[in-house]
Amino acid sequence: MIRADDVSFAYGDVDVVSRVALTADAGRIVGLIGPNGSGKTTMLRTLYAALEPRTGTVQVDDEPVASMKPRELALRMAVVAQEGDTELPLTAADVVLLGRAPHLSTFARHTREDFRIAAESLTRVGARHLADRAFGRLSGGEKQRVLIARALAQRARHLLLDEPTNHLDIRYQHEILQLVRELEVTTVVVLHDLNLAARYCDELILLDSGRVAAAGPPDVVLRAEVLEPVYQIGVQRVETEDGFQLLFSPAFVAAGSNGNRKEERTRTGSTT
Amino acid sequence: MTVETRAEPPFLAETTPDDDLGHADRRRRTVTWIAGLGLGLVVSLLLAVGIGAVAVSPANVARIILHHVTGVPEQVTWSAAEESIVWRVRLPRVLLAAVVGAALAVSGVVLQAMVRNMLADPYLLGVTSGASTGAAGAILFGFGAGLGENALSASAFAGALGASIVVFVVARAGGRITSLRLLMAGVAVGYALYAATSFLIFASDSAEGARSVLFWLLGSLGLARWSVAFVTVVVISAAAIGLFTLWGRQLDALAIGDDTARTLGVPATALRVRLLVVVSLCVGAVVAAAGGIGFVGLVIPHIARRFVGAVHRRVIPVAALIGAIFLVWADVVARVALQPQELPIGIITALVGAPFLLILVRRFHAFSG
Repeated sequence: MIRADDVSFAYGDVDVVSRVALTADAGRIVGLIGPNGSGKTTMLRTLYAALEPRTGTVQVDDEPVASMKPRELALRMAVVAQEGDTELPLTAADVVLLGRAPHLSTFARHTREDFRIAAESLTRVGARHLADRAFGRLSGGEKQRVLIARALAQRARHLLLDEPTNHLDIRYQHEILQLVRELEVTTVVVLHDLNLAARYCDELILLDSGRVAAAGPPDVVLRAEVLEPVYQIGVQRVETEDGFQLLFSPAFVAAGSNGNRKEERTRTGSTT
Repeated sequence: MTVETRAEPPFLAETTPDDDLGHADRRRRTVTWIAGLGLGLVVSLLLAVGIGAVAVSPANVARIILHHVTGVPEQVTWSAAEESIVWRVRLPRVLLAAVVGAALAVSGVVLQAMVRNMLADPYLLGVTSGASTGAAGAILFGFGAGLGENALSASAFAGALGASIVVFVVARAGGRITSLRLLMAGVAVGYALYAATSFLIFASDSAEGARSVLFWLLGSLGLARWSVAFVTVVVISAAAIGLFTLWGRQLDALAIGDDTARTLGVPATALRVRLLVVVSLCVGAVVAAAGGIGFVGLVIPHIARRFVGAVHRRVIPVAALIGAIFLVWADVVARVALQPQELPIGIITALVGAPFLLILVRRFHAFSG
């Protein structure tokens, strides 16, 4: 279980995340959605203790992450973040094997079991053929899959993903998220694509300027009247055989509910 | 706790072979490399000790060394002059070359990973500039004269450590040490100390002294003797190589990114502090003993990676051996090229290293295209 209470964070004087609460129960997938700059990634980074929140606490299985040693946390939580460009010619296989690092003491060498797990993980994301390629020279989508393989190799019961479908074509977007579902681990995922969020998440948290604008099951959060004021875009929801699809159009007319919105956005909204 | 007892995810069944990605294979290959290079180093040492104004056969070199270390060939079958040349003059010098080469190569590997820049080298942190200032002070103005024959080394070492402490403090000001901040602090401190050294040379108006400072700046192993300074360099370098190899996995993670390192259980900031301390000590000791020898720390890491890939547990021992062999031979060239004159070794390493770097740059571009 991942639980964040009342989390706020600021870069200097600029509040990026304000009083956000989040609970991901065991085995559930929670999606973080919201416009650019709404604080999704910052929120995620507080969850894996890369940022220390100004207020509030983050707990994994009822233990505060702030007091955990990095290795303890790494054994419980794997992270796929938007980072990982290196000039160093590490191969994809090397990068995946790094996922085993938290399981080994400083003095230990990798065992055959580690090698096997790394290979399985890479095969699992459909990237086995990339094993000997230099990681830094892979395409965005290939890198993304290798990083997910590394997270799998870590074998943690919690998984955090920052836009894992970035750079992936449609087929892999679905394959990766299906894979995440099958893992049955507790997951928090930042997603841009709301239709993917609708299909694969159990719960969604919609952030707007660092605050929670809405939270709950996709069916509740992904409604035109909720999304339109946040994204400043027209939203139409179409029911389909296995759920619903959202359609977007720029023809949004400010619905009057955005009194506290930034002026800049209102201007954009009213001119379209 | 339910978390630990949960069954493994179902997909990890025994379906792929044990070493599908060839990790074990690469490990074996690395061991072969290390064994081969180790042998190459021993041969290089024996040959290099024999070469010089008075040539000594490798067999006699081996006998003299064994006689001194183990006492095994009790019968002396060589001349006293040979013994003196081998044991007192050349052996410490050649060993120092090997140790300095290994230490510089390994420090280069670590710094390149730490600042995530393949053009980083051990002198980036202002360490050499600090040592140079210290050395110039000792040569021109008699800093640390109370320390007798160790005055130059001690003064250079103090300068090196002083410089790295300043770089460290500046880079740390305002929070975490980032790659960029470290680079900038190193460059700034380096230039400031370079100016200080130039000023010392300018202010002393001793032509003789200026020449020996210049000679020292370009690097020389001519000061090598069996001494406290020698033991210090050997011990610090050996410890550094051992520690870096142990921290290899953490270096891999750090080379990808701070966040990545942290999520793989590596305390990025703490690791960087540890690395900086060890690198500074190591490079400080090396520069104090042998002056500023360039290009070894920049070029050797790239060669080592070509041989065994980028994983630090493999690169570090291999880079150490290549660096050692390279500097042993560079020193031989420095000694014999213009006999009886001796060339500063930095000239040799730069002459070999610069073209090599150009080739690497070309290849690098061909790949990243």
